[in-house]
Amino acid sequence: MTKFIIRRLLQTIPVLLGVTILVFSLMHLIPGDPAQIIAGEAAPERQVEQIRERLGLNDPLHVQYGTFLGNVVTGDLGTSVRSSRPVADEIGARFWVTVELAVYSTILSVFMGLIAGIVSAVRHYTLTDVAIMVVALFGLSMPNFWLGLMLIQWFAIGNWIPESLQPFLQMRASGWGDDWRQVILPVITLGTAGAAIIARMTRSSMLEVISQDYIRTARAKGVKERVVVYQHALKNALIPVVTVVGLEFGALLGGTVLTETIFAINGMGRLTIDAIRQRDFPVVQGTVLVISVLFVMVNLLVDISYRFLNKRIDLN
Amino acid sequence: MSENTVNHPVTAKKVNPRIENYKMIWKRLKKNKAALVGGYLIVFFIVVAIFGPMFLSKSPNETDIANKLAGPSAEFWFGTDNFGRDIFVRIIHGMSITLYVGFTSVVIGLVVGVPLGIISGYYGGRIDNLIMRVMDVLLAFPGILLALAIVSVLGGSLQNVIIAVGIFSIPAFARIVRGSTLSVKKLEYIDAVRALGATDFRIIFRHILPNVMSPIIVQATLRIATAVLTAAGLSFLGLGAQPPMPEWGAMLSEGRAYIYDAWHVAFFPGMMIVFVVLAFNIFGDGIRDALDPKMKQ
Repeated sequence: MTKFIIRRLLQTIPVLLGVTILVFSLMHLIPGDPAQIIAGEAAPERQVEQIRERLGLNDPLHVQYGTFLGNVVTGDLGTSVRSSRPVADEIGARFWVTVELAVYSTILSVFMGLIAGIVSAVRHYTLTDVAIMVVALFGLSMPNFWLGLMLIQWFAIGNWIPESLQPFLQMRASGWGDDWRQVILPVITLGTAGAAIIARMTRSSMLEVISQDYIRTARAKGVKERVVVYQHALKNALIPVVTVVGLEFGALLGGTVLTETIFAINGMGRLTIDAIRQRDFPVVQGTVLVISVLFVMVNLLVDISYRFLNKRIDLN
Repeated sequence: MSENTVNHPVTAKKVNPRIENYKMIWKRLKKNKAALVGGYLIVFFIVVAIFGPMFLSKSPNETDIANKLAGPSAEFWFGTDNFGRDIFVRIIHGMSITLYVGFTSVVIGLVVGVPLGIISGYYGGRIDNLIMRVMDVLLAFPGILLALAIVSVLGGSLQNVIIAVGIFSIPAFARIVRGSTLSVKKLEYIDAVRALGATDFRIIFRHILPNVMSPIIVQATLRIATAVLTAAGLSFLGLGAQPPMPEWGAMLSEGRAYIYDAWHVAFFPGMMIVFVVLAFNIFGDGIRDALDPKMKQ
């Protein structure tokens, strides 16, 4: 197992290097002079030159990448050209807001997805199964930014819930801190598609396991259906679901960009969008890099847990 | 040998196995009602996108300030927006944009991803390692982030969204095609055509590509749904289609400001995105089941 973990860690290094190359290239793929674009078209040459100097754009490309990589490794992600604050500080203030949002949404996705998937599989080809799968298909097809807006309309603005509960659904403009109830709408918005995917995956995985010989044997031995489903079948059916959960966490990290914009949450996603609009490329590079590295690390953990759950699988 | 056999030889009907296979797939697809509904919906959306605007008397950008933010009514089926533009008319005009973005970006993903996947799977070794590591890097950017990063570089426009979503689709095609190529190239008939002196080019295009088409078709159909969602998301963020273009994501974004007073401005464009994505998702699921019945079981 240790060998596997070390090998998997080593395999991650080229991917991380590739990510840094791609993120570094972002600034250099901009059509035209990035310094001029950042400064604005009407900016005087002196100001453009200052930005060029500050971003090290006068150095040869390989030197620029070397400096970029060296800085990244030491936690220096550059300086925002708009706020003049270190990018690492800008991200640090918002990192946990985004991670919290993604984690809560993943928990909701897993919880809802597993329940729906299991019920659907146990009652396969019944009306319940069809209804759950239709809802899941809708969940999968819904743009989360639309769902978020509709939830605001229906719950936070509309009178669909008692007035006494409404303050809990009002979003704060600066993320959240002390009241967990404020996360409800963003988490539903972000977690719905994931729940749908996990429900579909759990259903098909459960159906596959339920048709296996050992389940038939357990039933033939007179084991209670509840025990067969929850102890015999679910344990094995969950193994492929783990991979989906990991991938979903990544997709949710990407999805935070839209959710944070809708609910005005001050997380990394909103920071990225603001930076793109303001052509603040060091911040764009920083946020894209941090989110991607986080995703790669989560995938690594998922692979390791997958191996741990199913030792028969050879991940070579 | 009997006299009968000699005088009346049995004439065997020449059967093309590939056509027979397509017939079988079509038969299975016809049995899947959900897939058929998805397919009919897609055809309906394409017909509306092509011919719909011809039947409308208004232009999508025709303003009517006196009727701004009017709710759905017999005159304005989906209501009007903040400029008094008819949302129904704009949605019909936006259908072609949505489908165009979905199809074109997937074609970009196909044109680049499929050859990369085949080359990777067929040649293996260092080429495979290199291509797949590049794909791993592209896949390391979760969800919409890769498309977002590309648009941040290229600038916000519909054309750049298509390019970004196309690049975002490449790794999905490359990976799936590589996997299928790996299993097809191990089959005996590939060894046989190679022994007959076929070139790599011929083997790839005549013998491997037709046999890896099933996962490509399934992936392409499902990928259109993802492409539509991603492109609408980018336009919603103001990084895609720009106003006054009647693109649904951009319309939804405009409606966001009026969510307190006029829910319909954001509701209908979003609802249409749901229907289009849903149609491609259920059709894609149906094709997958028809092409690979074992998978369904």
